[in-house]
Amino acid sequence: MTYRRRSSPLHAARAAIASLWCVAVSGVALGLGHPAVLLALFGAVLVAGRLARVGREVARGALFAVPFGVLIALVNALVVREGVTVLLALGELPPFGQIDVTLEGLTYGAVFGLQAIVVVTCFALHSAAVDPDDLLRAFRRISFRSALTAALATRMVPVLARDARRLADAQRCRPDAPAPRVAVLRAVATGALDRAADVAATLEVRGYGAARRPGRVVRPWSRHDAGFAVSLIAVVALAVAAAIWDLAPFEAYPRVSGAWNADVAIVAGALVAAALAPFADRRGIGRR
Amino acid sequence: MSVLSITSLSYAYPEGGGRLAVRDVSLDIEPGEFVVLAGGSGSGKSTLLRASSGLVPHFHGGTFTGTVIVGGMDTRGHGPAEIAAVAGTLFQDPETQVVMGTVRAELAFPLENRGWSGAAVARGVEEAALALGIAGLLDRPTHELSGGELQRVALGAALAARPALVLLDEPTSQLDPVAGDELLGVLRRLNEEWGTAVVLAEHRLERCLGAADRVVALRDGAIACDADPRAFLDWAGAQAPELQTPGARLFSLAGLGPAPVAVKDARWTLRRSIPGFAARGGSAPHPGPAVQPSRAALRRARRETEHLERVRLDGVWVEHREGPVALRGASLSLAAGETVALMGRNGAGKSTLLRVAAGLQDPTRGKVSKAGRVALLLQHPGDYFVRERVGDELSDERLAAAGLAHLAERHPRDLSGGERQRLALAIVLGGDEPPSVVALDEPTRGMDRARKAGLVIELRRLAAEDIAVVVATHDAEFAAALASRTVLLGDGVVVADAGTDEVLGGGWYFATQTARILGGAPLLPEQGAEVLRELMAAGEPDGAPAPIHPEWAKP
Repeated sequence: MTYRRRSSPLHAARAAIASLWCVAVSGVALGLGHPAVLLALFGAVLVAGRLARVGREVARGALFAVPFGVLIALVNALVVREGVTVLLALGELPPFGQIDVTLEGLTYGAVFGLQAIVVVTCFALHSAAVDPDDLLRAFRRISFRSALTAALATRMVPVLARDARRLADAQRCRPDAPAPRVAVLRAVATGALDRAADVAATLEVRGYGAARRPGRVVRPWSRHDAGFAVSLIAVVALAVAAAIWDLAPFEAYPRVSGAWNADVAIVAGALVAAALAPFADRRGIGRR
Repeated sequence: MSVLSITSLSYAYPEGGGRLAVRDVSLDIEPGEFVVLAGGSGSGKSTLLRASSGLVPHFHGGTFTGTVIVGGMDTRGHGPAEIAAVAGTLFQDPETQVVMGTVRAELAFPLENRGWSGAAVARGVEEAALALGIAGLLDRPTHELSGGELQRVALGAALAARPALVLLDEPTSQLDPVAGDELLGVLRRLNEEWGTAVVLAEHRLERCLGAADRVVALRDGAIACDADPRAFLDWAGAQAPELQTPGARLFSLAGLGPAPVAVKDARWTLRRSIPGFAARGGSAPHPGPAVQPSRAALRRARRETEHLERVRLDGVWVEHREGPVALRGASLSLAAGETVALMGRNGAGKSTLLRVAAGLQDPTRGKVSKAGRVALLLQHPGDYFVRERVGDELSDERLAAAGLAHLAERHPRDLSGGERQRLALAIVLGGDEPPSVVALDEPTRGMDRARKAGLVIELRRLAAEDIAVVVATHDAEFAAALASRTVLLGDGVVVADAGTDEVLGGGWYFATQTARILGGAPLLPEQGAEVLRELMAAGEPDGAPAPIHPEWAKP
């Protein structure tokens, strides 16, 4: 949606690798629940955004995610009945029943919220730095139509957003009372259907209906392909090792417990270093 | 063998209530032919193109009789995707014809769909990009492209597989004159150098007849004329004046013949027929006087018309956050009863200027003062309709005043283009406070001549009620017919602000066909014919020239 080719190692890497790198960082954030590790990963994604010259887009994604993270933390604290350290006894609250806000519930929610923030921020980085067309090409051998649908959805978002803005502007130009929101929404939806029909007609005349499975395109690996591939393997390997040897333990229930020691710092530091290392190579990152 | 062969085609859309959109059409297009489809709105041009691309009936459904054979494939047995291998198609709206994120991917998409190898795709993309002059855009994201660039990319995608036939449905209707001419130039080159057969539906015939081998005119879905351009113009002069080009009308009113197909053709005839025209070297357009008035003259004019002023923009800047500068200190004043055309390339700032005047957008710098409300009709009239009945959009009284009372029970989306525009105009003109200014943004896109003439009458009626009328348009003929004053914008700056005769008479791109033929004002065929008649009357056989002055064109 926000992709624009910039001179950065992440943009220079092939889309499949860049995409897997983003997915790997998100996956590690979901797999390792230690707050220190999550904060380190969050910082790494923000720095990666800066190094990929899409810092503003990534920061915008992070800001968008923060309210959701906070909401997750609060809802978890209100609905979960686990944990032994009661911070606030709210009593009977229909339809939830007895509500006790516990430190453990709040902590678990905060960690969960932080994980959501890291994942959304990673997605923002993905949107800004991974070429959707290149990605489509990579995945169309697996599922051509699904990949195209995803690419089209991405392409249609700004088109429909523009349509909605246009419609809102036209409504502002009406001198009488503004139309009910339901009516405006209905018009937006109808307009989206019209747009979809136009795009479908275009797809037909571009030969999409008779599309064949594309041939395999052999493309030599660039230094950035290799760099990010090694980075994502290293990130995943570190996370697996940390999980197997319990290097960054953290539990919210029944009582908040976790290690805050050198092992955790090493895991967090190593993850950040592994994730950001390929950004150090600045050769061959320019646009074609 | 014909590249396109249509035999006894009749077709009705499923939602058309059995009304035939195309009736008993038979047509053969030979390889390398350049055919222009002419006709008013709703005459069946788009349907014929859609039938030729296989979208009718495969995509639209409906009732279909007859045969359409494209590149040897019968569309009854082959869908649009298969037809796409021999016929590239381009529609009006560039925005919905680009489906991928980058230009390179867009050009590659149709080739990949055909299962071409990676190397063949790469070669096809490079060649299409070079042929269309878009090689520099290959790695640009499509959402950053201008309308003209998008349309060229879409044409590139349609042509990447080197089809023998290309079908185009008003591809220049949303482009400025410069981008439109560039696109037509590309088509001409494809036709002449690659031998690609071109079928082009177009309202502004004066732009494309010069390239055409043949014109097919449709009326109520049937072929009314199928002839070479000159014979078509003769037919139009007698049978369908709404399809006459301004040049042909100029000649027919002046009693000259034969009707010119292009400007060059017209000048050649004039030089041979009117000695006075030849002696003044009529082929060179007048550079015109400096069209930017002096500050003193502006101040004087402002003092004189201050009491009539309805809206004034003083040094208005619009600088988009993280985006381009849309207006750079633009100033404009509109007086009661004035009709003003706002012209300039796509992105010159015309729409932004109207939005600022209407209060839809705040300037980042500068001052806007208004005496009364500015009613703004945006580019898409359909955006004003959000209800299910026309009668719910506007009160009965206002519907009746707009002459639309008989449509009260219809769904707004079922209205014709002209009816939609009238309804939208009635909506913005309504309200408790009548507007002092009416601003219209590109109201003639995709309009035929008859509807444009109707709009001119409607807007003149408003001006006669002391409402200032300002219209952003790319259509020089429409501007000349409506506006007493024309403001030319370039890169957010007012580069010319003067009488329409002066601005459009001295232009190259921003000029009417009559002005191009006569090398300056007058702008309209009626005025031009008067000048030619006077020249013919005054011209001596020995060549004593009778000069043409812009003053002669004043009504």
